[in-house]
Amino acid sequence: MNMTAQKNRILLAALRNMPIILFVGLFLCFGVLAPDFFRYQSIENAVKQASYVGIVAVGMAFVLLTGGIDLSVGSNMYLSTVVAGLCIQRFALSPAAAFVICIGAGFTFAMTNAFIVTRLRVVPFIATLATLVAGRGLGRMLSQSRAISFPETITRIGSARLFDVVPYPIVLFALTLLAAWIMLHRTQWGRQIYAVGYNLESARKAGINTVRIRAIAYVVCGVFASFGGFISVAQLGNVNAGFGRGSEFDAIAAAVLGGISLFGGIGSIFPGVLLGAVMIQLVSTGLVSAKVDLYLHSMISALIIFAAVAIDSHRTILLKKMQQRHIRIE
Amino acid sequence: MPSDAIQFENVSKEFFGIRALSGITLSMPPAQIIGIVGENGAGKSTLMNILGGIVTPDTGSMTCQGQPHKPAGPADATRAGIAFIHQELNLFGNLSIVDNLFIDGFPKIDRLGLLDKRKANQSAHQALQTVGLHCPVHTLVENLTPCEQQLVEIARAVGRNARLIILDEPTSSLTQNERDRLFSLMNTLRNAGCTLVFISHNLDEVLRMSDRIVVLRDGCLVSTGSKTEYTVERMIIDMVGRQIKNLYPPKTSVPSETILLEVSGVTRPGIIEDISFALHKGEILGLFGLMGSGRTELARILFGLDPCTAGEIVAINRPLRRHKPAESIHSGLAFVTENRRDEGLLMEASIEFNIALAALRQTAGSRSSIWVDHKAIRDKSLRVARDLRLQAADHKRQSARNLSGGNQQKLVIAKWLLTNPQILILDEPTRGIDVGAKYEIYTIMNNLAAGGAGILCISSELEELTATCDRILVMSNGRIHGDFARSEFNEKNMLHAAFKGLRTAAEPGDR
Ligand SMILES: Nc1ncnc2c1ncn2[C@@H]1O[C@H](COP(=O)(O)OP(=O)(O)OP(=O)(O)O)[C@@H](O)[C@H]1O
Ligand SMILES: [Mg+2]
Repeated sequence: MNMTAQKNRILLAALRNMPIILFVGLFLCFGVLAPDFFRYQSIENAVKQASYVGIVAVGMAFVLLTGGIDLSVGSNMYLSTVVAGLCIQRFALSPAAAFVICIGAGFTFAMTNAFIVTRLRVVPFIATLATLVAGRGLGRMLSQSRAISFPETITRIGSARLFDVVPYPIVLFALTLLAAWIMLHRTQWGRQIYAVGYNLESARKAGINTVRIRAIAYVVCGVFASFGGFISVAQLGNVNAGFGRGSEFDAIAAAVLGGISLFGGIGSIFPGVLLGAVMIQLVSTGLVSAKVDLYLHSMISALIIFAAVAIDSHRTILLKKMQQRHIRIE
Repeated sequence: MPSDAIQFENVSKEFFGIRALSGITLSMPPAQIIGIVGENGAGKSTLMNILGGIVTPDTGSMTCQGQPHKPAGPADATRAGIAFIHQELNLFGNLSIVDNLFIDGFPKIDRLGLLDKRKANQSAHQALQTVGLHCPVHTLVENLTPCEQQLVEIARAVGRNARLIILDEPTSSLTQNERDRLFSLMNTLRNAGCTLVFISHNLDEVLRMSDRIVVLRDGCLVSTGSKTEYTVERMIIDMVGRQIKNLYPPKTSVPSETILLEVSGVTRPGIIEDISFALHKGEILGLFGLMGSGRTELARILFGLDPCTAGEIVAINRPLRRHKPAESIHSGLAFVTENRRDEGLLMEASIEFNIALAALRQTAGSRSSIWVDHKAIRDKSLRVARDLRLQAADHKRQSARNLSGGNQQKLVIAKWLLTNPQILILDEPTRGIDVGAKYEIYTIMNNLAAGGAGILCISSELEELTATCDRILVMSNGRIHGDFARSEFNEKNMLHAAFKGLRTAAEPGDR
């Protein structure tokens, strides 16, 4: 009976499932422009290349869900892989030890963020902007701005396949998604992350340790960033001075495209962030195979992300509106 | 003899050098409903915040069931069996009912910390049964009505076997039926051995529900005793320190023939249908309706916050089409929203800034001036605040968030009074406001009307409207179903009109 309410509900359903709609749209669009896009090989490639952005985006999702932001993930990727690379060069470490060091560095980096944001109460935007600059500076100092190459034992991971079928980066991405999903939906911390993002003050009043929860989000984000960095290096073979630059943009874009709200508290890891990350990759590979002018690439990516953020705001406003329209009967 | 549920011993608290509580010594016996009354800013919420671990007292101590109670945070209070249902609901709309119930303590499967979903769902279901809320435990809380959300809050308390449940103004946004449901639930809980603290500005309700009464004034305990020792009159005397003979000021304004606001055929499909009425100079026009009847939506459309698809609005001979709030203000309209927290105030800004915001035009030296006259703003804000008896430590520095609930409401009203409105729309102006201040607000309405303004006052308290209005419109299901002149005021007919057309609205999915 209620026409506008009906329309709003449909609109809201569409906005909620936007990642899927966008994904299918993009896929078809590039498929028409470049027919070889549909081949299994190119899809596998897209997912494989998306895996490191995806892993970083999963971590980013944790921070965004608490209503914060982490701009320093790119620097974290750089610094932690530089530290790992230097340790390998000096001590001839095994890949496993290098991995542990890389993650350890990422963890330390993330703890710094968490400390500055939750204890010193600096707004996340500024705090992580500062660690972005500082982290890259420190990485360059350590590496003296030289590229550090990784041994074959590690780069093998980048191209190997599990049971000769699925590329390792994809396997690791899948495991990350699973772990993140369990953390968010099956642990108390995860549920509390959503609560904190919805309303920090209410969360405090509900007896949630908001300092700890926010800190956890930054730590998860930093650890996943270094993990993504490691996987990316395993595919590239070396870290140069520009490694990871701009990754924060890709990660935030993937998360938001995947339906994680910049306002906190809304969105899901699966399928949201998975689709988001693959979309980012699809856009760049798609543009290449459709032979679009290289200079237009970044503008088109920016446009898509712009649309995603606009959709996010629109959804938030509509949700607010619909909440006001409770017709009460009694 | 069982020990008291709660004991306060000489508890005091200061904020910014302002005493919020001084030397409260009080004991609350178990398995009773304890009603706390007091003016806005008397310290009711602060006392409960101390009990609930949200605020730490400066001095004094507490015991809870004989044990010393010294909560370092809300989590400690929860562990001591205290559940706090806040003045503003404290739920997470983005999460399901189960998640909300257990957000600070899920049942777990093992040491890994994974949640035991089955067990959580089961206990959630049970708690919902107890409070009489029949909907799936996975429903998102944002899809519930305010009343259902309140029941979720109570289920949260029940689900963790709270021994003491604090209800801070739980009834202010409930309809009469919902209130009655809440009251019978409170009685059930009390009979099951819970102690309940009930805070409300509706003194009749407090007297009806409570076993004991506690009266606070200016942070001090004025009196306490069993309910048989109290009447509404005594409560008022204890609360404000003097007798208030009449709850409503005598009507002094007389409506004239001049039309200030003319509304014809205003429609927004699915929300309001074909609304027509005229508001005259010097008239106080009441708009009665149950919550959800479309009255707030109508006010929002008149003020230009929402668009309408058909119809005309003419304010002081100026047609308003697709207007924005700024135009409305320019045409002499003012709108006091019902939802002070989200719409009426900038919570982080100072009191003075909030007051000045709507009145910048008037306080600036001239219309075209770009400079803000701080002194004028300060003088005006002090004057309005004094008129409304707004209690605050420091107008310049204290942020709106730190005001007591009722004082926030007064601030919203103060803000709009400064614009010298010709047409004033008030949405539930006295919700959460103490008796004394209610009287002040009615007086101000009277004076504005006597000065030639037209007032549209939305309320769900029929008594308040019949005492203050010249004419009352009754809305139901998005339409006006009755128009009563002062001589025809009749509660029964008005209520009848308010329920008209509701059965058709009761179709599922219309929430
Ligand atoms: N966090 C705070 N910072 C500063 N002042 C505060 C704070 N909390 C409360 N106050 C002040 O303490 C006094 C008591 O406030 P409280 O909220 O306890 O009043 P109340 O009795 O609950 O009133 P109401 O009926 O309006 O809800 C008020 O003057 C208020 O301004
Ligand atoms: Mg209060």
